Amino acid sequence: MLRFENVTKQFPGVLALDKVSWSARAGSVHALCGENGAGKSTLLKVLSGVYRPDSGQIVLDDVPINLRSANDALTQGIAVIYQELNLVPHLSVAENIWLGHTPSRMGLVDRRALRNQTVASLEQVGLNVDPDMRLGELPIAQRQMVEIAKALTRDAKVIAFDEPTSSLSMKEVDQLFALINSLREQGKCVLYVSHRMNEVTSLCDACTVLRDGKHVETFDSMQGVTAETIINRMVGRDLGEVFAFVPRELGAVRLETNDLTIRSSEIVGVFGLVGAGRTELLKDIYCGSLGEVHVDGVHVPRGSARTSIEHGLVYLSEDRKHEGIVPLMSVAENINLTARRKLARAGVLNKGAEKANAEAQFANQGVRAASDQVAIGTLSGGNQQKALLGRILSGSLKGVMLDEPTRGIDVGAKGEIHKIINQLASDGVAVLLVSSELPEVMGVCDRILVMREGRIVGNVPRDEATEEGLLKLALPSSEVAA
Amino acid sequence: MKMKQFLIQSGMLVVFAIVAILAALFVPQFATGQNMVNLGLAVATVGIVSCTMLFCLAGGDFDLSVGSTLALGGLLFALVSNRTGSLFMGVLAAVGAGAVIGLVNGTVIAKFGINALITTLATMQIVRGAANIMSGGTMITGQTAGFEWLGSEKVLGVQMPIWCMIFFFVIFGFLLNRTVFGRDTLAIGGNPEAAHLAGIPVARTKIIVFILSGMAAAFAGVVSASRLVAASNNAGEKLELQAISACVLGGVSLAGGVGSISGVVVGVLLMGIVENVMRLKNIDTFWQMVVTGVILLVAVLIDRAKAKALKA
Repeated sequence: MLRFENVTKQFPGVLALDKVSWSARAGSVHALCGENGAGKSTLLKVLSGVYRPDSGQIVLDDVPINLRSANDALTQGIAVIYQELNLVPHLSVAENIWLGHTPSRMGLVDRRALRNQTVASLEQVGLNVDPDMRLGELPIAQRQMVEIAKALTRDAKVIAFDEPTSSLSMKEVDQLFALINSLREQGKCVLYVSHRMNEVTSLCDACTVLRDGKHVETFDSMQGVTAETIINRMVGRDLGEVFAFVPRELGAVRLETNDLTIRSSEIVGVFGLVGAGRTELLKDIYCGSLGEVHVDGVHVPRGSARTSIEHGLVYLSEDRKHEGIVPLMSVAENINLTARRKLARAGVLNKGAEKANAEAQFANQGVRAASDQVAIGTLSGGNQQKALLGRILSGSLKGVMLDEPTRGIDVGAKGEIHKIINQLASDGVAVLLVSSELPEVMGVCDRILVMREGRIVGNVPRDEATEEGLLKLALPSSEVAA
Repeated sequence: MKMKQFLIQSGMLVVFAIVAILAALFVPQFATGQNMVNLGLAVATVGIVSCTMLFCLAGGDFDLSVGSTLALGGLLFALVSNRTGSLFMGVLAAVGAGAVIGLVNGTVIAKFGINALITTLATMQIVRGAANIMSGGTMITGQTAGFEWLGSEKVLGVQMPIWCMIFFFVIFGFLLNRTVFGRDTLAIGGNPEAAHLAGIPVARTKIIVFILSGMAAAFAGVVSASRLVAASNNAGEKLELQAISACVLGGVSLAGGVGSISGVVVGVLLMGIVENVMRLKNIDTFWQMVVTGVILLVAVLIDRAKAKALKA
């Protein structure tokens, strides 16, 4: 009943969806699986009309549908329920359910109709709350029910869930599953995106696996399909290059915190799914929000990023745009943002030293731009990243923490950044590298920490790491969540 | 291409040159030495305050309390110098009070994360109220000998207020371009989160910016009180809007991160010339308001077009 035909979506530098074709039946719950970046979210956004595919089409009940906006999708009977629910906390439950198609008479809200129909639709999802209650007062699980009620009032034929159980308790998960089962009985086509393999195998009737934006396999029946089978199809991503791992002599302990210890010249990877708490781990160490941090045995006073920098510990954010570049400033100024404090004399800029530093980093990191005087916002992602590496690597370093340093940049620049990381380690720096890409952590790192739901749950040496093993550690399960 | 680049980079400078030339051609009294001095005196307080407003805007904030602070500064200068007989004490009291107002503004904004609009709107009211209370609603005449020195003394044939303005332009130009503090301010306005992670003391820098803003406004109050030989509780009304307008005319971005002292000089003079010419032509002050508003709107539109052109 719902069919994707050769759906393709290209983003700058990344082919997010590559001729994806598969179909889901009415009256079934169809799982959609894949690693971070496999293309699940993009596919959902195409389905909900947020993105328009570059080519290919979506066919609903044998009719190709053309979705120009989120509202288009809703009127065609497609509802996507995201993790961050699309609701307005300040409005009432009723108003939220009718958001965008409020019953009205001559432009005035028809309060009675609103109330009656709301009560009916809330009953449908088994939610017993006052329709006039402010949505913000409801717990997350009930808000999710409201979102489902909203989809039903729009007469949705296809209801897609994106990680619906990630913030629910066991009991709430059971209630949600009961509701999803009743949706199946009503003949709806339910799409179910989840990293929790036990949910996929127990709840779903069919399963599609994506990898690198490509369709890998669709299991039309879950007979004989186990978590292992699915994980096996999810891994094996091809990043298009081979990392030449150079064994290094590891030195003494350089970076030590409550949770981890890194030696000189060691590259430690942190693997985990989005939301596993990897960025938080790095920022806690860097910005000093909690715990004890020692660099070369010296205690780093907790407080701010500045104290960490003064102790030779630096951090590169995953969010280049919001936490990295100052877009309107030149490449040179961006490079010198951290170093200038040290170079300056009595607060007055040392222009000569800054120029030398900018030129050196520009050359060392291989930034490609007309000159270091152009605004950094005009460069490609890869070159911005190299300039930012130049910023954090200006100065004497002991520990470097990199958060997804190669995300969203082209293959060539990726390789160059890996080379820079290797060089740092060879110079004795302790490197902590966060990445969602298995081949990257396995190719570059001496040791891999796996994070799940805010905790480090695995510490795997390089030669014992397998893609399946790491992914299995990283995937959450309902039992743990409860 | 070169021409386009030039126009993009210095659009307002071209507008300024055209306006100045037209004024000189069509208004006979405009290009006289006396009129130039009048022009300078007219823009002196706005010029001084615009220097620190530039820093506020560059850091991504603004300061609406400068007008009230100017009034309070002038009054404190008059009251304290009358009481103690010491002009130095008067200036110290005024500038000190300005610093305290700035410290409050900066702390509330940077440490508690309250929006600059609300914060400085509140202090604007508080300080204006304090000025009214302090003055009893009347003008305070300066009685100490030499009270008028900073307002009317001539050095090399040019009055002190103009020298003060030039001094501020030079000092703040240096601060912005040649010190870590100035570049940090621009970085904070350009991307606060990135600035923080790059080890820039964001809160401290913002607080210093607001302290400087308060001090500059209070000092401008001292200068204008000295010039009138009296301080008024109504002084400096709409000064905050004039200063922000001058900065925006000079290409300072309201979104933060962009600004230059040369731009501010152009903005201040441009506003001054327009008012000056209209006064010489005996045009109604109400019309002056309309024209100034239109110019501001045009400047912002030019700024937007510029941002678009730079992106392309």
